[in-house]
Amino acid sequence: MLNVGKIEEGFVLDHIEAGKSLSLYYHLGLDKRDCTVAMIMNAKSGKMGKKDILKVECDINELDMDVLAVIDHNITVNVIKDGVIVDKQELELPKEIKNVFRCKNPRCISSIEQELPHIFILADEKKEIYRCKYCEEKFTGVL
Amino acid sequence: MRHLMSPLDFSTEELDRLFDLASDIEKNPDKYSKVCEGKKLATCFYEPSTRTRLSFESAMLSLGGDVLGFSDAACSSASKGESVSDTIRIISCYADICAMRHPKEGAPMVAASKSGIPVINAGDGGHQHPTQTLTDLLTIRSLKGRLNNFTIGLCGDLKFGRTVHSLINALMRYEGISFIFISPEELRIPDYIIDILNEKNISYKEVISLDDVMPELDLLYMTRVQRERFFNEEDYVRLKDFYILTREKMSKAKDDMLVLHPLPRVNEISVEVDDDPRAAYFKQVQYGVYVRMALIITLLESAKN
Repeated sequence: MLNVGKIEEGFVLDHIEAGKSLSLYYHLGLDKRDCTVAMIMNAKSGKMGKKDILKVECDINELDMDVLAVIDHNITVNVIKDGVIVDKQELELPKEIKNVFRCKNPRCISSIEQELPHIFILADEKKEIYRCKYCEEKFTGVL
Repeated sequence: MRHLMSPLDFSTEELDRLFDLASDIEKNPDKYSKVCEGKKLATCFYEPSTRTRLSFESAMLSLGGDVLGFSDAACSSASKGESVSDTIRIISCYADICAMRHPKEGAPMVAASKSGIPVINAGDGGHQHPTQTLTDLLTIRSLKGRLNNFTIGLCGDLKFGRTVHSLINALMRYEGISFIFISPEELRIPDYIIDILNEKNISYKEVISLDDVMPELDLLYMTRVQRERFFNEEDYVRLKDFYILTREKMSKAKDDMLVLHPLPRVNEISVEVDDDPRAAYFKQVQYGVYVRMALIITLLESAKN
């Protein structure tokens, strides 16, 4: 078993579906930050069989965590301070997602209009369906 | 200030007021012949659509107003790369109200968010065409006397036909509507509409044969199979003549059934049906002008407040 050390300040994303952590890394914008990130892939999990884990040494409030719930709301978020878990955050589906995903509909105005924000609206909370604000095309996932 | 992006932008009470106004315009056209004097309608058509554009222009001229605009993106600044947001800011300085057709879905909504004047969505790609739906509703209300308690058959291309989807969504809000979807397997109604009907417990059935259900219908909404929606010419050729409404089929229908069609038609309604008193599709065109007149008056009024 591979061992990755504890982090002192930051957060840990646990129970990520195996193989999805790299995508999460980019969607959270971690590639653009100067912080230490440990990505553990295909770790053994009693609940999931296999899972990914992301350990990140940066202030969680500096990141747009809304995107996490959209990608996979089973992910658990543990906030770490002085080496101990101080908060476990529940993921909630945001009402609106702005400039995280692009609408894939080639007929959508967002494909050509300059500087138009890409916005998805939560159309059905029960079924977890997001639709593009402009063309109402269903958001079909990113991973 | 209000805009019209989707037929559901107006509540059923607001639609009632709009249709009352349209009916009054039909009965007393002279009373309204000068109500838009000094006002200008801009028709910004980024793709050609002769009938819808002329219907808007006819509506504004009948109200005593003027019209300006373009009927092809090549004639507009879009060909120079101007954004919709910039174009509408400019148009807001030239006109009092704008009807916009655009091949990109959501373009009129972007325009409305930056506009100083009311914007009417005159069709955005395969997305919405709200004034067609208002036309359909006014036609039904005027000729049937009600918008509730009837069985409507929708026939032809139920998969890609945006007028059909909009009409179903609009009719769902009224009591006692039963839908019969008549289409080949390849062009059946999308599942998301079926899901909504199930959720709301609204009566519907899906069939392939038009003949079998003709006696049940109070209204028959025919649609054209649109060549531009197919990637494969072979599929289009196979499906385009799947349904042809003939005099013989009409003989099986109720005496007071109405046939509607958003037009243009190709082969799906035989010309021999045109003389049947139940053929309402050309009257529908006239109602399209009345409802656009009522809409222009209503939205200009909202801009005043």
